Amino acid sequence: MDLSAQLPALIVIAPLLAAPLCVLVGNPRLAWGVALLTSVFCFAAALGLLQMLQHVDVLSYSMGGWAPPLGIELRIDALGALLLLLLGGSSVVVTLFALRSVEHEVALERQALFYTALMLVLAGLIGITVTGDIFNIFVFLEISSLSTYALISLGRDRRALFASFRYLVMGTIGATFILIGIGFMYVMTGTLNLQDLAERLPAVADTRAIRAAFAFLTIGLGLKAAMFPLHIWLPNAYAYSPSVVSAFLASTATKVAIYVLVRVLLSLYGAHFSLGELPFDKLLLVLGSVGIVAGSLVAIFQSNVKRMLAYSSIAQVGYILLAIGLASQPGFTAALLHLFNHAIIKGSLFLALGVVSFRFTGAKLADMAGLGKTMPWTMAAFVVGGLSLIGVPATAGFISKWYLVIALIDASLWPLAILVLFGSLLAVVYIGRVIEVAYYRQPARDLPRKQIPITMVGSLWLLTLGNVYFGLNTEFSLGLVSLAVSSLMGVGV
Amino acid sequence: MSIQAHYLLMLLIPLLTAAGVVSLRRYPNLREAITLLGGGLLFSVVASLAATFDPAQPVTMTLLQPMQGISLALRLEPLGLLFALVASFLWPVTSLYAIGYMRAHHEKNQTRFYTAFAVSIFATMLITLSANLLTLFLAYEMLTLFTLPLVTHAGTKQARRAGWVYLGILMGTSIGFLLLAIVWTWALAGTLEFTPGGILNHETDGALLGALLVLYVFGTGKAALMPFHRWLPAAMVAPTPVSALLHAVAVVKAGVFTILKVVVYVFGVDLVGTLDSAYWLSLLAGFTIISASVVAMSLDNLKARLAYSTISQLSYIILAAMLGVSSGIIAGSLHIAMHAFAKITLFFCAGAILVAAHKTRVSELNGIGRSMPLTMTAFLIAALSVVGLPPFGGSWSKWWLLQATLDAHNSLLLLVLLVSSLLNLFYLVSIPLRAFFAAPADEAYNQGVREAPLPSLIAIIITMTGCLLLFLLVEPLWNLASGIV
Repeated sequence: MDLSAQLPALIVIAPLLAAPLCVLVGNPRLAWGVALLTSVFCFAAALGLLQMLQHVDVLSYSMGGWAPPLGIELRIDALGALLLLLLGGSSVVVTLFALRSVEHEVALERQALFYTALMLVLAGLIGITVTGDIFNIFVFLEISSLSTYALISLGRDRRALFASFRYLVMGTIGATFILIGIGFMYVMTGTLNLQDLAERLPAVADTRAIRAAFAFLTIGLGLKAAMFPLHIWLPNAYAYSPSVVSAFLASTATKVAIYVLVRVLLSLYGAHFSLGELPFDKLLLVLGSVGIVAGSLVAIFQSNVKRMLAYSSIAQVGYILLAIGLASQPGFTAALLHLFNHAIIKGSLFLALGVVSFRFTGAKLADMAGLGKTMPWTMAAFVVGGLSLIGVPATAGFISKWYLVIALIDASLWPLAILVLFGSLLAVVYIGRVIEVAYYRQPARDLPRKQIPITMVGSLWLLTLGNVYFGLNTEFSLGLVSLAVSSLMGVGV
Repeated sequence: MSIQAHYLLMLLIPLLTAAGVVSLRRYPNLREAITLLGGGLLFSVVASLAATFDPAQPVTMTLLQPMQGISLALRLEPLGLLFALVASFLWPVTSLYAIGYMRAHHEKNQTRFYTAFAVSIFATMLITLSANLLTLFLAYEMLTLFTLPLVTHAGTKQARRAGWVYLGILMGTSIGFLLLAIVWTWALAGTLEFTPGGILNHETDGALLGALLVLYVFGTGKAALMPFHRWLPAAMVAPTPVSALLHAVAVVKAGVFTILKVVVYVFGVDLVGTLDSAYWLSLLAGFTIISASVVAMSLDNLKARLAYSTISQLSYIILAAMLGVSSGIIAGSLHIAMHAFAKITLFFCAGAILVAAHKTRVSELNGIGRSMPLTMTAFLIAALSVVGLPPFGGSWSKWWLLQATLDAHNSLLLLVLLVSSLLNLFYLVSIPLRAFFAAPADEAYNQGVREAPLPSLIAIIITMTGCLLLFLLVEPLWNLASGIV
């Protein structure tokens, strides 16, 4: 049996099996080893799948040999591969970082369970990405969400429990909406396979049920993606969860929700219906813009740096949604590029805060006084990530901003182009506040110097260098994104 | 050595100097020696490049290509060479000055100071070498970020607040307007390369191009055109060597350099001449010239007065660029050099007075010329050069500026220039006169005041001599300036 042909299935099954294995081994270090190996495997598998996509446009895999649309199909195109790479990559970096960070932040008896939950989240997110069946998307979404709630609740701060509960309530509402949407579509078309569904939808598109399904799906997904004003769960969830979890969620969870949203809008309903006939494009433009301004403004006034980054994430989701709302090829390119770049940017920033929390409890702005001197490498990484978030040239963030502004000018939406740049200025302010405190304030109290483990600094700098690399060489990211966009446009428009 | 190697050396020498300064932080004498050495090397590299420079055959060197059609690339053209010569010559001179100043003033964090200084020069060199708008923008932002620690050097509340104003205005305008203008240019022209004659299509709607020009001029906050000038007086909290080299030469000249580059190589001089908005911008520059002079007159703090004088002088160059005639470009680029030497001398003198006599106000300077004759003579010469009187360098750029307003048939701006010269005479030249001839409050007022430390004094004499020599030996500069268009 050729193993590479089974990769689409293995990439989901590996983390799914690793999860119970982590419970069984019990020992935190061993569980970490299992998690790391699994992550590396997923990353390698993603690379392998990408390699296979050089020859074909779409990889289709029939689960158990049952042919679609009756059997369950796994379906991977360039966009899916992009997401898989992102998921595998973040998982490797974050797990590497987790070794010492989790020892520091999570109670001993829960550390093995932590890795179990992490693997389940990974399995869920990968499952969402590879499956070609809309009901499977719901199932995997629940797998990842439930384990995410568990991960968030492991935070040291007791407010983590409440944050987790709030996310649980809102996340469940979102998932239910998605399920209702799926149900409506099933009733109308009698199929759950995405391909099949896309073919059958146009015939019944003009019915109230399908429109309602569309509304339920987009609202449910908008909630998972933290689309303004459905973002309320996000700030506390990011702020109070363990550092590793914030970094992982910020670079993957909302991204996967946006991925599903793009799939639903473009592959399933088609851009003509969802972004033309229905005014969802206008809605995205408005909500995206408001999200950018509101998220950035609120970020400026946070005293907890993790919370600040969380609000910044809401703004960044705004950029992506705004770009999707343009419903044009440059717009989709900008959206996917930012999806990719922002994962690296936010990942590196949250990891930098993870290092800070390794020395202090939490990441309060006041604690960061004088860190420019006492933790020069960590703060340097934070500065690079911050510059990238602002969109300074030679960083990944600049590339996203560049394509976004080009796309907006292309659509003659001048006010929005100015708004996007205004958003960058707000980022200057909230990143600048941290830098000012870290470099120009004297530390309030003298803490004993603490050796920062090489795994933490190493994984942090891996992402930081990625920030610069993808700002200077876009051959890979842009190439993959263009492929993904052309495959999306091929189906949708 | 090939020209490409020269380009790389121009960038590497400041960086290596910065590395050397950091690694020698425990040995102040060696640390300062390496700064001087780096400065000397840099100037000799630029000078040897100038000796063999052939404007007809520009050499391009592509470093990286982040996106299709958009690259980070280096290419030296006459304007860039002129700016590079001025900046690289004044860097070691300022370092020499700084040695005397920083030690006599017992400044803290001197290693950070010299390091940030060197990397700021790196950014300046990158600006002079940039072959396209993206490279220019990258270097422009770098220069803002690298000079920020110098502005906030003192670490006081006032310095931090000044840092925010500095960062807010410079980054705000550059991201809000300049970046938008660059992306728009890309959308219109499909390229960002600096090309003689411009890259924009002359057929494009004039109102659109006019708006683009406005974005460029306002986006270049470093040129300090009103109403985006507040950062420059705010930056005066920095140590005097910073005000002298960065806020009278490198940073502000990077601003007007950007505007000149855009006018010559993105729009093309002829196209700018046809735009309505260029006319309005030239009027705004005229307004800035006069009103900054009036503000300068009302200020008693010496450095603040010099800062407003700089704002006024920068607008001379903006005005010259907006006239849309080739004599304006010559005037603007000559003024970069002339004003640099004069204004750096003035700042050096202001710093010398601060260090030697602990005085910061104009009204306190009565009779100080008798204790600091060299310093105040240098001040007088530099002030006369700013006014534009022969036999000093400033007279040449003033001459061409007047010529340019005549070429553009703009007698209103001619009048503005004449009035402004009179104002300059009043608020700058009055200072040394007061120092030499006004009687101090009492006999003991200036007792114990001596000239500044020797290194600083040497630096003052060098730049003062420069003001004189630029009048006599203007030809090489003029050749460069007239080679631009």
